[in-house]
Amino acid sequence: MLQGQKISRQSQVTVGSVPSDHVRADSAERYALSTPERKHPTAALLTVPVTAALALGIHFLVAKKEPPNESRTYTIVLGSFFAGAIVAAVMQRWWPALQTRMRRFRPLFTVGVLLLCVWEIITSGFRMLPLPYFPSPAGVVQSMINDRGLLFDSTWHSLVLLLSGYLLGVAAGLVTGVCIGWSAPARYWGMPLLKVVGPIPATAWIPLAMVVSPSALISAAALIALAVWFPVTMLTASGISNTRASYLDVARTLGANARYLVFRIAIPAALPSIFVGLFMGLGASFLTLVVAESVGVKSGLGWYVSWAQGWAEYGKVYAALVIMAVFFSTIMTLLFKLRDRVLVWQKGMIRW
Amino acid sequence: MAKGNDSVVASSVQLRDVGKSFPAPDQPLTRRPVLETISVSLEAGELVSLVGPSGCGKSTLLRLVAGLDFPDSGELLVDEEPISGPSAERGLVFQDPNLFPWLTVRRNIEAGLAARGLLQQKRSEVKEFMRLVGLEAFADAYPHHLSGGMAQRVALARALINHPKVLLLDEPLGALDAFTRMRMQDEVLRLWQNRRTTMLLVTHDIDEAIYMSDRIIILTQRPGTIEQIIPIALDRPRDRSSSDFLLLRSEILELLHFAGNRSSQVTA
Ligand SMILES: Nc1ncnc2c1ncn2[C@@H]1O[C@H](COP(=O)(O)OP(=O)(O)OP(=O)(O)O)[C@@H](O)[C@H]1O
Ligand SMILES: [Mg+2]
Repeated sequence: MLQGQKISRQSQVTVGSVPSDHVRADSAERYALSTPERKHPTAALLTVPVTAALALGIHFLVAKKEPPNESRTYTIVLGSFFAGAIVAAVMQRWWPALQTRMRRFRPLFTVGVLLLCVWEIITSGFRMLPLPYFPSPAGVVQSMINDRGLLFDSTWHSLVLLLSGYLLGVAAGLVTGVCIGWSAPARYWGMPLLKVVGPIPATAWIPLAMVVSPSALISAAALIALAVWFPVTMLTASGISNTRASYLDVARTLGANARYLVFRIAIPAALPSIFVGLFMGLGASFLTLVVAESVGVKSGLGWYVSWAQGWAEYGKVYAALVIMAVFFSTIMTLLFKLRDRVLVWQKGMIRW
Repeated sequence: MAKGNDSVVASSVQLRDVGKSFPAPDQPLTRRPVLETISVSLEAGELVSLVGPSGCGKSTLLRLVAGLDFPDSGELLVDEEPISGPSAERGLVFQDPNLFPWLTVRRNIEAGLAARGLLQQKRSEVKEFMRLVGLEAFADAYPHHLSGGMAQRVALARALINHPKVLLLDEPLGALDAFTRMRMQDEVLRLWQNRRTTMLLVTHDIDEAIYMSDRIIILTQRPGTIEQIIPIALDRPRDRSSSDFLLLRSEILELLHFAGNRSSQVTA
């Protein structure tokens, strides 16, 4: 055992000194990770399974206060988590990738499960929070399973609406941003418009959009696009106009024409800034999506939440919120991945 | 400058009474002269060095010849034609390498070909220039990972790949160690002799100026004017330790001493 730990610790050190896949050579992250790893005794591996077992125990204690079907479902969920945690704790000894992942996520998982315990105690356990507004985790899980068809459908509709609005807004924002950043006349006329119209939250246009547009879906997509358009335009324009003059000078002495200067110099140089705009736009698009769905559009997760609330089915409300959280953060993660791919040159990740 | 090569790929460069001023940073309404009454002609295929104290306007002069800036007075001619803007025929290696950080070494070197739509046709040359500057092993590295000297070599290759008729070099070998520097001097000379480009080379290194150039232009303190133009009549290839070389060197150093406190600029 000791032997094994020594070896794994050494390999950890060599990995740490050469910037590995996810450690950026010139970011603060390197400093955060370069603090020497503490020893991980075997007992530490068991924190997740143990907390899962604790959660199961608490659940059995309070189960008689819950409807039997809810209780059974939640038992199965916690049980599978417990089993998974045990399997992972055993497997990680032979699977280094899993091991590093578990090292990273173990504290998070542990605290997460503990929070579930607390939630169950104060809801089902002591009834400290009024029903139906605060169902137990078992109730939420049960709602999620019962209504899975509609939830899946709503997620799908949200995804389609979000993507169409977002992509439209990004495309428009990139075009206007490049024009405003590159050409002086476009900046002269575009900037005032941007400064006046841009800061209005897209949701403020909802009354107008409802009157003007033939379908709620189209107006929602347009509003999301508008919400995305503003930050993307702003940050693209500022990235383009801040392109280092010397890059443009070099390119011109190499024989570059205007097209090359815009597409091969200014836009790549502006990419870090453009990505900031894409992230801000994504946040704005989530907000607009949910608002638009809850007031006009008759589908999607935002609609589902207000519909379930109308029937006072708070288990469903929370179920939809959980799905929304997973859904949005997945999309955010994908954008991060895209950025890391596109901006390899900036991160100094070693990839050759 | 009889170079005995009839394929004319070089251009002559003429500067007539060129003056350039910039707004003073503290009082934007007044302009501060940087270059005054610069008159000099570079023959086609000539290699001329530009030496002078820091801030006297050497880089500014190169930018004028490159067409990136325009003079306040006087005129600049290339092959008797006034310079109207930058062109791939006049290559400039900047004092900072200014590599495009989003492109790999290979793509940086290719940039000149890509910009002119010649990449398909001339791809084979990319390798040749990468070998020339000794960076084949780093073809797929990003500039981020290069040392200062490596970056400068990439910048050199990037300018050379266009086969410019006039090559403007702003201390291109400044960041290199002594041995690489001497090797690169010979490589630049070899290229120059093969391709007969006209070269204007800014340097702080008197040895480099004598070793490489047909003439050395010495500029005064700002505002830069031509203090003296010294022809170097040594036979090529030159021997850095020959007595003629050393004699010339001490004469020039003397001259720089006379001209003021500039000797401190010179790495002797
Ligand atoms: N775009 C500009 N705006 C204002 N002043 C400038 C500009 N470019 C150059 N200058 C000024 O012109 C003067 C000459 O600059 P230049 O870069 O040509 O000097 P240099 O001879 O190349 O110096 P070094 O040997 O240190 O590179 C400096 O005083 C500089 O401040
Ligand atoms: Mg300079």
